Amino acid sequence: MDTTSTVERVSATGIISDTIRTNFLNADYGIKSWLLTKDHKRIAILYLISITVFFMIGGAFAAMIRMELITPEADVFTSEAYNKVFTTHGIMMVFFFLIPSIPATLGNFLVPVMVGARDLAFPRINLLSWYIYVIGGLFTLTALVLGGVDTGWTFYTPYSSTYSNGYVMLTGIGIFITGFSSILTGLNFIVTVHKMRAPGLGWFRLPLFVWANYAASLIMVLGTPVVAIGIVMIALERGLGLGIFDPRLGGDPVLFQHIFWFYSHPAVYIMILPGMGVVSEIMACFSRRHIFGYKFIAFSSLGIAIIGFLVWGHHMFVSGQSSYAGIVFSLFTFIVAVPSAIKVFNWTATMHKGRIVYSTPMMYALGFIGLFLVGGLTGLFCASLGVDIHIHDTYFIVAHFHYVMVGGSVMAYLGGIHFWWPKMTGRMYPEGWGRFSALLVFVGFNLTFFPQFIAGYLGMPRRYHVYPPEFQIYNVLSSGGALVLGIGFMIPLIYLFWSLKYGEKAGPNPWRAAGLEWETTSPPPTFNFDYQPVVDHEPYNYSEIDARSSATVSTHSVQEEQHV
Amino acid sequence: MSDAAHNSLVAHQFDDARQQQEAATVGMWTFLITEIMFFGGLILAYMIYRNQFAESFHAASRVLDVWVGCFNTCVLLVSSLTMALGVRAAQMGDRKKLVLFIIATMIFGAAFLGVKAYEYAEKFEHHLVPGPTFHFHGVPGHEHAPNAEIFFSLYFAMTGVHALHMIVGLGLMTWLLRKSIKGTFSKDYYNPVEICGLYWHFVDIVWIFLYPLLYLIDRS
Amino acid sequence: MSDHSEHHIVPLKVYFLVFSALMILLFVTVGVAMVNLGPFNIYVAMSIAIIKAVLVVLYFMHVRYSTRLTMVVAAAGFIWLVFLLGITILDYTSRSWIPGSYQ
Repeated sequence: MDTTSTVERVSATGIISDTIRTNFLNADYGIKSWLLTKDHKRIAILYLISITVFFMIGGAFAAMIRMELITPEADVFTSEAYNKVFTTHGIMMVFFFLIPSIPATLGNFLVPVMVGARDLAFPRINLLSWYIYVIGGLFTLTALVLGGVDTGWTFYTPYSSTYSNGYVMLTGIGIFITGFSSILTGLNFIVTVHKMRAPGLGWFRLPLFVWANYAASLIMVLGTPVVAIGIVMIALERGLGLGIFDPRLGGDPVLFQHIFWFYSHPAVYIMILPGMGVVSEIMACFSRRHIFGYKFIAFSSLGIAIIGFLVWGHHMFVSGQSSYAGIVFSLFTFIVAVPSAIKVFNWTATMHKGRIVYSTPMMYALGFIGLFLVGGLTGLFCASLGVDIHIHDTYFIVAHFHYVMVGGSVMAYLGGIHFWWPKMTGRMYPEGWGRFSALLVFVGFNLTFFPQFIAGYLGMPRRYHVYPPEFQIYNVLSSGGALVLGIGFMIPLIYLFWSLKYGEKAGPNPWRAAGLEWETTSPPPTFNFDYQPVVDHEPYNYSEIDARSSATVSTHSVQEEQHV
Repeated sequence: MSDAAHNSLVAHQFDDARQQQEAATVGMWTFLITEIMFFGGLILAYMIYRNQFAESFHAASRVLDVWVGCFNTCVLLVSSLTMALGVRAAQMGDRKKLVLFIIATMIFGAAFLGVKAYEYAEKFEHHLVPGPTFHFHGVPGHEHAPNAEIFFSLYFAMTGVHALHMIVGLGLMTWLLRKSIKGTFSKDYYNPVEICGLYWHFVDIVWIFLYPLLYLIDRS
Repeated sequence: MSDHSEHHIVPLKVYFLVFSALMILLFVTVGVAMVNLGPFNIYVAMSIAIIKAVLVVLYFMHVRYSTRLTMVVAAAGFIWLVFLLGITILDYTSRSWIPGSYQ
């Protein structure tokens, strides 16, 4: 028991201690205490800051793309520069933002707290993973400063191994290194969930967020090394003259695509699964109900993680893969939609007859469901062999995966950041601004990407900076939407910073939410709990919580309750 | 945290030594499955090309010396045995034997790398390193191998990545050696020896597969 | 606190037996390679390699004496390797234009 003795009183906003408690933020000061920390919560904050930087870089390149595409002619960039711009956008967003986004920040912060542990199983490895991430990022940024890379984020051979004169090696090394950070995070989560659960916390009492991160960790551990060896093979071919994918020696460039997508398709599930975990938590809390179909949601996470490994060839329907293999991959792709659909049905059923609170996290979660649904269903179009020939390499694909990655992952990420912000910082964010920006993001997003479905279906190819004039209307809409979306992303950045100093103090549990993380103080002490937590009840026991608290004071901001 | 079982050998996040040990073992195994997948990419490329270019692979493989490879396999298997015995010594708290077995493991590991270096040098001499100077002569009766360069690309990629793992392993052994001479390990605390051992054995297993795949394709 | 019943110490005899088996299998695999079995050479060689690997995993790496979780983790690695190899080879063996595929 290393915290100061506190006198607690009940105030209008919940339980707030009079004296300042020792927590992970004020336990130690100075840059060294952050850079050498082994506390998973501080490492999560380090990750949060660094991925925000990479998100802004990636976002800046997205803005350049949208700027160029306002008119059909080449106004801003040459073809080569444009290739580098969209490649950089992809690499930054995929490898340096989306993959670490939820696991390395929210997951890192919450998984140990949710399982009632003092830290992750390997705190030093956790810190190492952040350093590896930063070093990998610096390599890639160096390549960017020196002149960039133009292969697309997919590094297809033989262009990447032989012909491209961009900084393929340097970027590849950066991604290779960053891959290790992802592996180490996944490894840490797997061991922590297996070995460090608090007494009484059986597998079916784990929050679904933990299940989702566990499933994503499986993919990180089993998939990442395969793309790593793919990058090594490109490096050997480019740097040392070995020929593994070289058609002149009889090598098959398509083999690289197999190796690349074996990881990079499941990587999409690394991005979306933790997001689904976030949505499960938010959905139960703001519907004030036990989550519907707990075991179905839990097992569908594992189902997605496993079946997700069998579908990679749907990226290669037109690259010269055998048509029989195409049929098999198409079939598995349809099958992987089933566990995703199970989740959506269960979330909907959770809301049914719930007392829904339209708070900011809930708005993001509702946005997630809508956008993920569109992204997922258009995924089925793409998975149909015949349709894919029509829409392959068009803006339809671009719109599809942005609906999943931005509409899915980023919405969930923002929802999760808002939901757990009081826990992470001890401060509330301004609710009004939160709702406004959530709405702005939703509208801006749809305005940006829905027109791309139409342009793509009509035949506008991706990765070109000039296009026939008849597509201009869709591109202007899209660029306008991107502006709205950009503003929608900037507002939270500003008010979340503001709230660090001026935000209302949050009690331990401002949402009256279930879960071990809400039982400790906000922000939590360095070892998460001042006592050894013991779990003696089922997860998501919202009916009990509400029954208990209706007798005592109501806590924070249940302003617009509506009965559905 | 006032846990009765806590002592200086158990890190703060664990409840007791047993939890710490099991976590370390599972963690290492999780890392090893990433290694399986890492080599998996190379084995995949090998499988595809061997199936496609059977004739070239048969002829190219004959250039490699079976007995040098066999000797190296023996060396590596012996090093695995000494490693296993080293872990056993650590479990029994026998510091002297532990140090001896780690040194033995390092000697055999270094011997393996020495032989590998000799083989590489020979390939350089015979223009069997892929690149502009590559020229395949083959052995009498097996000169025709239009895709031999792919075989040798894979040979160097696979054995090279394996050798890199051996070097990392030797680094780990050096670290273990220092710690065991200092007397860090005891009956109650030998996790690092055990998990480094797991890594060493894994690298051995990779070679168990590489040897027949590269050296023994067709010797009849 | 040390709970010695959990630390299974494998008898020396087992290590030496396993090592002898590994050496014998090594020479068997070299010997078999000298015999022309047509397409079966690779299957024999791989079977022997798998037996050797399993011996190392079970005894040298102590999986036989470990928790069930360790066994599951170890097995998962090999299952995923089969995913990677199996499904990709499905593509290559069904490409009619590649030598070595089924027409």
